[in-house]
Amino acid sequence: MALVVSILAGLVFGIGLIAAGMTNPLKVKGFLDLLNWDPSLALVMAGAIAVGVVGFRLTRGRGTSLTGEPMQLPNNTTIDARLIGGGVLFGIGWAIAGLCPGPAIVVAATGSLPVIVFTITMLAGMALHDRLLSKR
Amino acid sequence: MTIDWSSFTPAAALAGGVLIGLSAVIYALGNGRIAGIAGILGGLLHGATAGDRIRWGFVIGLIVAPWLWLLVAPMPPTATDVGMPLVILAGLLVGIGVRMANGCTSGHGVCGLSRFSLRSLANVLAFMGAGFVTVFVLRHVLGIGG
Repeated sequence: MALVVSILAGLVFGIGLIAAGMTNPLKVKGFLDLLNWDPSLALVMAGAIAVGVVGFRLTRGRGTSLTGEPMQLPNNTTIDARLIGGGVLFGIGWAIAGLCPGPAIVVAATGSLPVIVFTITMLAGMALHDRLLSKR
Repeated sequence: MTIDWSSFTPAAALAGGVLIGLSAVIYALGNGRIAGIAGILGGLLHGATAGDRIRWGFVIGLIVAPWLWLLVAPMPPTATDVGMPLVILAGLLVGIGVRMANGCTSGHGVCGLSRFSLRSLANVLAFMGAGFVTVFVLRHVLGIGG
């Protein structure tokens, strides 16, 4: 059952990304271009957070999920150089290509060569970090 | 600063956002986890751990999504405006950055902000700020893309 929930969540997430315009790198870069600004992505965030604020309230105080999995929502509040530095590195990469991790997977699945290359190097960057730059 | 009204798609953006939020809630309430792509992919890269089936399920959903979409409508454009060397650099930076900060647009952006996490807000401000500066430099200083 947990697997079915995951597949459904991934599907809805992917469809949402496509509908929102997040799988169009030029749309993303249009949001990040303040000299000729397309505010659409601000509304994507607003829509997602409006639903999220209500939905995440329902998770409060639960010990297990609806499928009986342990609740693993983080309660880390640390704000440190890794959080900010990682955000800056991600932001630079996001802005260069117009792709973040979710849309990269969705678009790579359609066979786009540049996005497949992006996704492979992204996974390599993740592995590189976790091998060499991870705190533990 | 001017607003590019011709590209503005408020209804599609809101609808897509609602679906993204709904997915995060389905995953959190259903499986007790944060729908963060950086965390899901990072977890899978670490080899066999508990929860891999759940993570793979989400990734399979993401992979099937565009094909389901294509049954009813064409995909919006997916081309970027930079060449392969910059695409490779961007991929590396995104991969390193999201793992260093333990989250990306989905984990910190959607889920973290929905839970009023100041930690996530700090991360979002960092990547948005860096994104605005980067596009400015690329397009309006170096004349790359756009």
